[in-house]
Amino acid sequence: MTRPSTDPTAATQGAVSQVLTFVIGDVTYGIDIPCVQEIRGWTAVTRLPQAPVDILGVLNLRGAIVPVLDLRLKFGSTNVQYTPVTVIVVVSVMSAAGAREFGMVVDGVSDVIDISPQDVKPAPDLGSGASAACIRGLIQVAGRMVVLLDVNLLLGRESTAAGPESDIQAA
Amino acid sequence: MAIDLTQFHDAFFDESFEALDAMESSLLKLDTGSPDAESINTIFRVAHSIKGGAATFGFGEITSFTHSLETLLDELRGKRITISQRICDLLLKSVDVMRAMLGATKGKQPIDAQAVADLQFDIELIIVHRDAGAAAAPSSATAPDDSGAATGAPADHEEPGRLVEWLIELRPGPEFFERGTDPVRIFRELAVLGNLLVTAHLDALPSCQDMHPGRCYLSWSLSLVSDAPEAAIREIFEWVNADCDLTVKASGGALAPRKAAAPVPTVLQPVSAAPPSVIAEAAPPASAAQAANAMDSGSIRVGVEKIDELINTVGELVITHAMLSQISRAVTGPSSEALRTAIQQLERNMRQLQESVMRVRMLPISAVFSRFPRMVRDLGQRLEKQVELKITGETTELDKTVLEKIGDPLVHLVRNCIDHGIEPAAARAAAGKNVVGTIHMNASHRGGSICIEVSDDGGGLDCERILAKARTAGVVGANDNLTREEIQELIFLPGFSTAEITTDVSGRGVGMDVVRRNVSDLGGKIEVHSERGRGSLFLITLPLTLAIVDGLSVAVGDQTYILPMMSTIESLRLGPTQVTTIADGREVFGFRDDYLPIIRLYRFFDVTPRARALHDGLVVVVEGAGRRVGLFVDDLLGQQQVVIKSLETNYGHVAGIAAATILGDGSVALILDVPDLIRGASRREAA
Repeated sequence: MTRPSTDPTAATQGAVSQVLTFVIGDVTYGIDIPCVQEIRGWTAVTRLPQAPVDILGVLNLRGAIVPVLDLRLKFGSTNVQYTPVTVIVVVSVMSAAGAREFGMVVDGVSDVIDISPQDVKPAPDLGSGASAACIRGLIQVAGRMVVLLDVNLLLGRESTAAGPESDIQAA
Repeated sequence: MAIDLTQFHDAFFDESFEALDAMESSLLKLDTGSPDAESINTIFRVAHSIKGGAATFGFGEITSFTHSLETLLDELRGKRITISQRICDLLLKSVDVMRAMLGATKGKQPIDAQAVADLQFDIELIIVHRDAGAAAAPSSATAPDDSGAATGAPADHEEPGRLVEWLIELRPGPEFFERGTDPVRIFRELAVLGNLLVTAHLDALPSCQDMHPGRCYLSWSLSLVSDAPEAAIREIFEWVNADCDLTVKASGGALAPRKAAAPVPTVLQPVSAAPPSVIAEAAPPASAAQAANAMDSGSIRVGVEKIDELINTVGELVITHAMLSQISRAVTGPSSEALRTAIQQLERNMRQLQESVMRVRMLPISAVFSRFPRMVRDLGQRLEKQVELKITGETTELDKTVLEKIGDPLVHLVRNCIDHGIEPAAARAAAGKNVVGTIHMNASHRGGSICIEVSDDGGGLDCERILAKARTAGVVGANDNLTREEIQELIFLPGFSTAEITTDVSGRGVGMDVVRRNVSDLGGKIEVHSERGRGSLFLITLPLTLAIVDGLSVAVGDQTYILPMMSTIESLRLGPTQVTTIADGREVFGFRDDYLPIIRLYRFFDVTPRARALHDGLVVVVEGAGRRVGLFVDDLLGQQQVVIKSLETNYGHVAGIAAATILGDGSVALILDVPDLIRGASRREAA
């Protein structure tokens, strides 16, 4: 339940930005630290009727009703389990309607790493899969490949709203 | 160095709109036979303060129009013109025009200059006619706006109706601008009085290097052709007197009186001197009057979002309390009893806090009701029906959001009452009724909700025609027998517009179905009771607030859902024999001489229930969208007040769900949108 530092200077310096990495299956993903609100352990969510399969439901985040997206289901895993060590990463994204928060279920959070924008390689053409659409780039960290995701594109609804700006900001 | 005045615009518009409402209601109360001096004074003050504000902000059209209006009102106040029905109508029209002008100015839209000019012409015509009639008996006078009583003896030039050219020299001191004086504003005000010619003298202007940006190097010569007295001109310079050298003198040659339809409004001189007492209370400076009012009511203006924030925080508190009290039940040990007592104390304080905060958002319904006297009067005149409006319970308070949204449905209902309800006078006389029809609007609190009744003593609903119409439209089968209540319910069906059922005036574009939808969007319901020949009664029941709902929590599988109490009728356990399965698996059960369909909530929400057989669970009878259905649930958990939390902030709209709430254990429960659920279920059946 730690709240990572959201020191704005880290993102705006341009030289180095911080990325939170987490794992799903055997792939390591990374997202920009400033959009991370909170990391919390698994709690049961309230199901929403007629929701897409990867939207598990909603939970109470200090009084706000926040939807929870299972990133594992979105990225095509079929055998997912919810145990006390399952983690929900709560992120905040900008959409046309203003700031929105949502939780992402991942297998586990690994690390906070510093990256230089020039080290980010563009992603090869991966076709039209759910994960491919959200990839901002790839980066090599300590011999492991980290897939950088654009959280603004993860909730299907916002796919067009804030995408390009966040790319520029990160670059 | 002028102050940025735009920051005060909103306050000006707010106050002006309120002032216009006050003016309108005073006008409607005005008895043309024996006008009450206080009402006329109120109306006059409204016009005066709007004029003052508009002049300050440089809204020329508004200033000019209100000036004419003010002149007329002053004549009325001085009893030099007697109030007639025509003048009263004219004044009411002026309220509309001013509202439109203010609205247009606020929205930065162009003003409908033609409408304004027409009305202004009519107003000035009345003033001038009086003048012409009274010209036979001239006498010495002071001007209406004139504070001549204070500034001393009237000058020679102040003969009534005579135009004089005033030569004004304005030589500001160097600190003129630094005191926030804006000469343009002064000139603008002068221009209202008559024909103004301004010449600026640039001779004192230094070179750019020597120029101090805050200093005034200009001076002006002004020529004003006006019939205003010297004091009125000097009054405009009242605030700058200390900073400058000012001379005001008449050029000598008096000019011919202007024509009535001159483009610039005329200040006309009263013929008989007004009694000193009237002058004394005549025109208190607008700002002073407003300040006095604000102090009288002891109120402050607060932004709605600040209040909403407060309500949200209190909502959080309610949830935190629920958590605390749940935890305290599990606590054992020596201090556990003290803990529970403290939490009970907390609960009492919190309820009180919650009620107080809720009350901040509450406004009396008179804010909505007040528009109806005017509407009934106008519509009655247009349709040539004599209608009297009775309003009771206007002090009943309800939430501001509800208040804002209930206006339109009520307007529609009242229109219908006049249009279709109240019969023409002849028909009423023939039926042995009072020729003046009555519409009664009443508001009252009933339990945790508010009831608004709109009733008329008109012809009532014609059940046979409605039924015939429904049969042709195929809504009702040819052989179906409907009770009177069921027939009257039909008017709320979409596409069943009242204009089609009844006769003449139509083209409203909205039917009673829209009224019902508006009401149910607010979480309320509407019923109709009508008796042929006696009249109709529309009864709207609304929740007091949109922030908290009285709910019945029900369990389905591992989920908890909240049913708004207002939609629920009763819950019952059905025996195996009470349910009939009709075509394609639809289940119905008998309930008070009626057959209601069953919606199995677990199917609708796709959860695994504990009870699948109908006799294992419970059926809650709910009402919405004008229909009743039975919702099949596992169990009832209890009744509680829940704080409404939006699902749409972070997610989006979900069919059948109105909002969410947070339960005592911190988990989220969904609040069902019963009308939407019923509509959704019938769509599914149809598909």
